[in-house]
Amino acid sequence: MTVVGYRRPAPGINPDNNSSAYASTRARAPRHPAIRIEHTLSEITGPHFETGGASAIDLTRGARGEALGERIIVTGRVLDDDGRAIAGALIETWQANAAGRYAHESDQHDAPLDPNFAGAGRIISDSDGAYRLVTIKPGAYPWRNHPNAWRPQHIHFSVFGTGFAARLITQMYFPGDPLLAIDPIFQSVADPDARARLVAALQMDVTVAEYALGYRFDIVLRGRDATPPQE
Amino acid sequence: MKTKLTSSQTVGPFFAPLLRGDLSQMVSAETRGERVVIEGRVLDGNGDPVPDAMIEIWQANAEGRYDHPEDMQEKRLDPAFHGFGRVGTNARGEFTIHTIVPGAVPAQSAQSQAIWQAPHLNLIVFARGLLTRLVTRIYFPGEIANDSDPVLCAVPAGRRATLIAKDIERLAADKAASRRLCFDIVLQGANETVFFDV
Repeated sequence: MTVVGYRRPAPGINPDNNSSAYASTRARAPRHPAIRIEHTLSEITGPHFETGGASAIDLTRGARGEALGERIIVTGRVLDDDGRAIAGALIETWQANAAGRYAHESDQHDAPLDPNFAGAGRIISDSDGAYRLVTIKPGAYPWRNHPNAWRPQHIHFSVFGTGFAARLITQMYFPGDPLLAIDPIFQSVADPDARARLVAALQMDVTVAEYALGYRFDIVLRGRDATPPQE
Repeated sequence: MKTKLTSSQTVGPFFAPLLRGDLSQMVSAETRGERVVIEGRVLDGNGDPVPDAMIEIWQANAEGRYDHPEDMQEKRLDPAFHGFGRVGTNARGEFTIHTIVPGAVPAQSAQSQAIWQAPHLNLIVFARGLLTRLVTRIYFPGEIANDSDPVLCAVPAGRRATLIAKDIERLAADKAASRRLCFDIVLQGANETVFFDV
């Protein structure tokens, strides 16, 4: 059986787990280099999820009313690095509320919860790879990485492409956030162009007048070494 | 390459929404194959449990076929088994996976005769403190095919044991129950689990 592998990311795209400015890496990053293996069926295959799931969701409508904070629209496409749309990709998002607090039992930040905002979404990309999320702009929040440490505003994205080798979890940031320059997690990406791609773009053609600012965030997963054989 | 890749970032500590719906139970009553329960802990370089890790599992069915359009082997799919699981660690760093022993799957091979991989589960580990996901495999103890598995053979002999689960003794009264295995994931230090660059 001929297996067409996934292209390897260029150096500097994915962070080195040994990034000691992010304190939690110190006891958790493996010390041995990962052992490179050629891709087999085990790596090029992967789970698929329900097709026909919603490609557009709105997290701002709570059971008892509208979520508090600045409503925003985040939209984009899931692509491979040949620019091909990935249809049917599962996208899961989670984030803090407008006050910088997660609806999570271990978040002890002294900021209010919003009973109308759970902050977690599940989206299936459409036939063009597109998705659309209406949500609340998350607040910055303190963390214990170093004294007076604050995370920049961000939304977590988990994405499944077509193969397990392309599995990605990342974070989307906002343009102009002054905390980006001093955030050890964002700065763990060595390549400045790759860092810039984690920052969504404010776009007036996504913005809806009298409703919400719109941001564009495309998610690009690894492509293939060659065109895979069709069934 | 026309477009450029999106970088990885840590899953952080607040990923509980991803664990909704119990995906640690990968089998139903109709699933074909030998049941196995895999119990383990995720440990850091100090030997402390990692209470905020998430493990994803991807595996072939009992006949050794992946439920994916690019697996074109002439083996049956199992409508009661799709091969994906996801489990978070608890406060003690523990996790439990309920699945089946997969069949053997072919390796990448330029030769006409297939080289087979020993039965294995593919794992991805995410955690606070991991900026880029870790990839590893669980192999099964006592499998003759482990000795010729091309991936295991690529690992220095002294570290191979970190990839092979250990049998947990079953009490006599328990013989009818599922096979139980132990597989700890050691992120750093002595006995560090082998992770793969895929």
